[in-house]
Parts: sequence; structure tokens; C-alpha cells
Amino acid sequence: MTKSSFTNIQSEYLAVIDHAKCVRCKRCIQNCGWGTYSFGGDKIIADHSKCVACGRCYTYCPEGAISILKNPTVMRENGNWQDYHIKNIWRQSETGGIAISGMGTPLKYKKYFDHILLDACQVTNPPIDPLREPMELKTFLGKKPSKLELDFNEDGQPILKNPMPPQIELATPFIFAPMSYGSISLNAQKAMALAARALGIVMNIGEGGLHDELVPFGKNIIVQVASGRFGVNRDYLNSGVAVEIKIGQGAKPGIGGHLPGEKIGADISRTRMIPAGTDAISPAPHHDIYSIEDLRQLIYAIKEAINYEKPVSVKVAAVHNIAAIVSGIVRAGADIVYIDGFTGGTGAAPIIIRDNVGIPIEIALAQVDQRLREEGIRNEASLVAAGSIRSSADAVKAIALGADAVAIGTAALVVMGCHICGKCHTGNCSWGITTQRPELTRRLDPEEYGEKLYNLITAWSHEMKDILGAMGVNSIESLRGSKERLRGIELTDSELKVLGIKHAGM
Amino acid sequence: MLRLKNNFSIEHDTAGCGLCGIINIRKIRTNGEDIKKAIALEHDRGNGLGGGFAVYGCYPEYADLYAFHVMYDDLAAKHDTEEYFKNNFIIEKQESIPVFKTSKINDHPILHRYFMKPKSDREDRLLHDLGDDDFVVSSVMLINSEYDGAYVFSSGKNMGAFKGVGYPEDIADFYMLDNVEGYMWTAHNRFPTNTPGWWGGAHPFTLLDWSIVHNGEISSYGINKRYLEMFKYNLALKTDTEVIAYILDLLIRKHRLPVELAMNVLAAPFYHTIEKMEPKQKELYNALRQIYGSALLNGPFAIIFGYPDGMIALNDRIKLRPLVAGTKGDFTYIASEESSIREVCSSPDIVWSPKAGEPIIIKTINTENISQKQRLIIS
Repeated sequence: MTKSSFTNIQSEYLAVIDHAKCVRCKRCIQNCGWGTYSFGGDKIIADHSKCVACGRCYTYCPEGAISILKNPTVMRENGNWQDYHIKNIWRQSETGGIAISGMGTPLKYKKYFDHILLDACQVTNPPIDPLREPMELKTFLGKKPSKLELDFNEDGQPILKNPMPPQIELATPFIFAPMSYGSISLNAQKAMALAARALGIVMNIGEGGLHDELVPFGKNIIVQVASGRFGVNRDYLNSGVAVEIKIGQGAKPGIGGHLPGEKIGADISRTRMIPAGTDAISPAPHHDIYSIEDLRQLIYAIKEAINYEKPVSVKVAAVHNIAAIVSGIVRAGADIVYIDGFTGGTGAAPIIIRDNVGIPIEIALAQVDQRLREEGIRNEASLVAAGSIRSSADAVKAIALGADAVAIGTAALVVMGCHICGKCHTGNCSWGITTQRPELTRRLDPEEYGEKLYNLITAWSHEMKDILGAMGVNSIESLRGSKERLRGIELTDSELKVLGIKHAGM
Repeated sequence: MLRLKNNFSIEHDTAGCGLCGIINIRKIRTNGEDIKKAIALEHDRGNGLGGGFAVYGCYPEYADLYAFHVMYDDLAAKHDTEEYFKNNFIIEKQESIPVFKTSKINDHPILHRYFMKPKSDREDRLLHDLGDDDFVVSSVMLINSEYDGAYVFSSGKNMGAFKGVGYPEDIADFYMLDNVEGYMWTAHNRFPTNTPGWWGGAHPFTLLDWSIVHNGEISSYGINKRYLEMFKYNLALKTDTEVIAYILDLLIRKHRLPVELAMNVLAAPFYHTIEKMEPKQKELYNALRQIYGSALLNGPFAIIFGYPDGMIALNDRIKLRPLVAGTKGDFTYIASEESSIREVCSSPDIVWSPKAGEPIIIKTINTENISQKQRLIIS
């Protein structure tokens, strides 16, 4: 196909070089994972069609000579037939395939977090200053008994009758969301492992197995069992603080995964325990789970394998009937339920699924929490919410809507340089995150970005303490599920009802 | 116009306040003079929109019957509610609560009391087998939420609440508390900020034998309420005090926690304190916080909690509201201000300010030996 190919007719971005400023150092050539730049004898030449606006080149250009512009050439404007539709049609008419993309949906659906406001104290109850008073964020994930059972020792002092069910202890209610080795680089995983250990939280390694170099981080790792069962064996199950069964993902509910054979090099092959060069296929369903009772069997098979010493989590995508589904999962024996919302990220998903399937995490969470309370089983499992938590405010709102903790995926990648260009699936990530090309991955220094991740979660925790203090409470459990501290703005009655909150002013 | 139900369009009623408590550990009964004097000194802590008293040991002649104090908006409400009582309870005695109309309190609901016990062949037995206490609790909740114009404000044995809209000293005169005797008294002066003039909103709040007077605002109200709803409590009044009473009912009566531990749920020790405990204790307190995190009362409060075995005073975890205690012989006094104690006990043996989150537990001596109390006072 020549230049006249539809998709190349119009580049989305223009990589514009100010040749007066450019010193021809060629760093842009070296940095761009997409091959946008080349040297034309006396100056840098840009192939605009390759640019994805990932931001790597201008970040590292010493002269500030590069500008990435949105291509001003207009496509005929049409409110109904938007660029998005037209370009996908062109692309598919050439390939006959499903259009794939990385990251969560870029479409502008209503973001409920942006329509929820928080409460604060004035006069009748005092705010608490987190710089002067203790402020507790410590969180335990796992099943809690509904009541305390006591025994009394010989002095008549009460002691615990039965040990607590296993818990994951988090110093602050954040975890790093599951992202597998294969979908992201080992260095990206290491950065999160280092940060998780320093922060006293956990990372989830996703479904790609556990690389040898991450084994020492076991106390800060949740291992995952997904439909592909990559790297799963008894040692693997026992190498973290919890095991998660992945049923679904917010960006692609009901859809499996596919890591192409070209990406299965020696290291990934060993970690995933599959032959090098073969496609790593995660089927849409687990082939041993066709019903809720099958899930129960897998939960208890895993509990047997880990001797009931660690909690078992189940990760599901937020779909229409999520409240009943989670209720079933809790009754099937899960200690933690991880709910991934509609806008959640992904390494690769069919665009049509990502942009159209599922429901927002805010609504899913509110409904699940309410349902579990109505059934009197909210204590039976902890809830982790995910699906584009963009700030500490989103995290606070999620917790007030009923989450025990939130998971940070895309935000953690942004720390590592990600500009959310949505091209994770191509394996060319210039930031060394979603690529296995050694010349790209080696530029991601785990220690440097581990520290930045530490900083982000520390900053968000400080903000969370400030918000708690303003609300006049000094412990995160007083915020958890406290919808009374939330008010909706610009929401309809139905939206308020489904979220279980009142409108501002009420 | 008097309205017993909380008809204000709010989720959550809050108030500032003053409170007092007096207990004689040998259960020697005294009349309401002292408690009235003590709370009257805290006049400025209220605004005349709520005052009340709880007294224990006031109905020795009916000690094994539930004493229901009920407010009615009108005779129709009284008729409907009494129909329910007749169907489900054996009423040994009923009468108007004696009142003395003063210039300060002249507008009040119909106030009536019933001494009764649940029938053994009552209809609810067809559906479930509730114990008497549980049946009384569900009856109180039913009447308070479903019977328009009726409100049960006291339902314990050998104890009673006397409360209304007005300054507490005027409420004391209205109910003629100098004619009432008890071994333990608590009192409350209310400064409501969003439900003025509501008789049901005055303190003490009672359920069975529990009574609560409370100064503060529970900033964790939202989650406390949702937690209680999981255990089928119906929070009809929408007040903080109601939340506290139900949490205590759940912890002490239903989950059978020792009172001391229940207090450690309401004002939980910080994790940095738990960290330093002995292993067994650490395990217990970690579990306590994990299981009962949603029952933690967060926000400023000082409460006095009365139950037949004694009295407990408690501050929030960082002591954001005042609370002072003093003793003289067999008497222990608790108040928002030391001056209130000295008003009725000019030379107390000891006066101290309890630490944040550390309960003062005063038990009467026929149920517990005296060393418990002395240990607490000395520490």
C-alpha cells in the first residue's frame, strides 16, 4: 500500500522541528520508539505519520526545538460522523481486523467523580489538623468476622478466641493495579515493587507470572491467576501476600488477552512458563469456570494450595449486574473483590469493547457496597476500586462510596513518563514502559521511578489526611462508605439515587 | 405546634451541649435537686431548646417491668399506640407522667407512662422467637418510625427519662424531679443547631436500660448509621445520640462485649498505641479495630452512658469536648465543667480530667467490688 492508504492521508500529529534551534544532537532519533525521526544529511527529518504524541522527544530535546502539534488539516466536521468513526472505518477497511488500542477509553463519558463534592467541618464540629494530630490511613484487606469472639485468660482479661482471617496490611489505602510482565517491562514492575515496599503497600503483578527478580518483594506482591494460568504453580501461589483470580478487566469485560509470539522472548517465556515465540493467549472465560460454583471451587483450590494463610481476591469488570455478581463472589468465598470500572486501562483491547462495554466504577461501587450491606455480608470481603483514579480526590470519593482501597494503574504509568498515547499494544513505548525492546526498557530506571511513585503515593496520602482532617475525622474507616459526606452536583435524580448520595444543598 | 417526629429535611441532627452525671455506688437514692443544680450552672451551654434527665432506681415497685415513657401529639396517636400495647403487652399500670406546668414550659405533648411486659403469646411469635428485650427494642423502633405522632422516649426497667424542649432546670421543675429518687442521675442541656423545638430530640436518648447524654457531633455518623442498618437497626431519629445508643446495644447486648472493650470500639486506641501493646493484647485490639472500624465514633464528643450496673463517661480519641470527673465518698460526679461538680459538692476528694479516649467506668458495688472503681480513680 502506498502513501495513498487511507490511514496515512492525514497524520494525527505533526512533529515540528525548529531547525534554527536544533543542534543536530540526534537525541530525538534515539529516543523515539516509533521511528518518527531520521537524519537527512544536514537536518532532522520527521515522518509525521509515525508520531503518536507520546512526548518523549520534546522532553529530552536539549534545545527545546521540537513541538508536537495537532494536525491543523481539518477533516470535514460532522457532529455525528466524527474523526474517530471515519478513521476506524478506513483502518478496518484495509485490515479486515478488529481495531485494537491501549489504555482506557479516550471518549468523553460523564465522569461521576467530577460531579461529587466532599464535605468539611465548620463550627459545630471542629476540623482536625493532620500536622498536629494523628491521622490514620492504615487499611486491612480481607474477610472480617461480623462480631468479635472472646475468651478470657486466667486474669479475666479478654483475649481473641479465634485468630483473625488473613489480611493484607496497607499503610495507606492504595495498591498498584495488576499489570503483567509482558504488557509492561520488567523495569516498570520493579519500579512499582520498590515503591510498594518503601510505602508499606502492595503491587499486583498481573497475569504474566513472577519474574525471579521480583521474588524478594513477595511481602509487597499480589500474584494473579488469570485464564491463561501463566507461570502458575504452587510456589508462585505462595510467593506473595495474596492471590487474585482475574475474571475480567474494566477496559475489556468479557474479553481475553493476547500477547503476540514476537514478544515472547526468552525471559518472558521463562516467567510465563510457555515456549518462546508462541502466542500467549488468555481465553475470555477461565475454562474451569462456567458458573459461580466453579469459581468457588477455584477459590478453595487456591486456599488449599496456600493453606488458608493468605486472602484470595477476585477481580471483575464493572458490568450492569455487578451488585449481584459481587454478592455471589463474596458468598463463593472471596476475601477481597477488586472491581475495575469502565474507564480502566489496558495494554491492549478491542476499541469497540473498550469504548462501549461496562459501567463506571463510581456507580458499580455504590451499588455493590449497598447490596452487600443489605445482605449483611459487607464484612465478608474488602472492596478494591479501580478504573482511572486520577487524584487523591478520586480515591477519597471512591472510599466514601464504599471502597476499602483503590488501585492505581494508569496514574503509576504516568509517573514513569506515560503521556497516555494509547499505543501500548504496539510494543514501541518510548518511555520503556509497555515495550520489551531492550534499548527502550533500559531507559526506565526502577530506582528513579520507584522514588517518584513513592512520592506520588506519599503526596496523595498527605492530601487524603488533609481531607479527612477537614471532615473532622482522624481515621480512614470513618470515611469508608460514609456517603453522607458526599454531595452530587449537576446530577439527575436517577444518578443520585444509584450513587446513593444527595444533591448539593440537601 | 408540637411535632414529635423529626420532620426537618435533614439526614443528621447535630448539637453542642452541656452534661452532668451523679452516681452513688452503694445505690443510695437521692432526689433530683443536686442534678438540677449542677446542670443549671451550665445554663449557657444550651439555648433553651432541649433539656432532660435520666434516673435509675426510680421505679423500685415495678422493677421487673418495662417502664415505657411515651409522648403523643394527640389523642388519636395515643389511641393507636395503646392498641399496639394492648395486643402485645400485659399492662400492669398506666398513668399520666406527673407534670407541673410552669411559665417556662407550657406547651408540651401528652406524656404518659406504662409499666408492662411483653405477652408470651404475642403475634410476632408466629414469625420469629425474639426475647423480651429484643421485642421491646423492635416495638420501640416500630412505634418511633411508623406511628405518627407517638414517640417512646424511655423503655427500661426501674429507670426513666424525663426530657423536653426548654432549659434543663425548667424541665426538672416541669417533671417535678425533686419528688423523684434514684441512685444515678444524668442530665443534659442542649444547644441544637438544626432541629429546634423538637421534643424527641432532647437528651437523654434511651433504649432498654441504656441511656446516653451526649455533647458533640459525630462526624462519622454516615458510616455508623450504615453499619447499624446492616444489623437491622432503624435510625428513625437521625441523631448522633441514637447512633451511640444502638452501637452500645449491638456491642454489649448482642455481641456480648465487656463494657470496657465496647468503649474501646467507640474511641479506639490509635494504631501507634496498639503497636506498643503485649502480643495478645495487640492481636485483640487489631482485631477490634478491623471488625468494628465502622462503629468508631469519630468527631468531637463527650458522653455519659448509664446502665443498671453503673455509669461510664467517655471522650473522643483526641478530647475535643470537655469532660471532668470528681468523687466524694460514695458519690462520683461527671460534668462538662468542674464548676458544676463544685456547685453540688464543694470539697470533692479528687477532681480530674479524663484523658482522651479513656473511659471512666463507675460500677455500683452490688454488682462489682469496689476496687474496680478505686483503681480507676487512683489511676
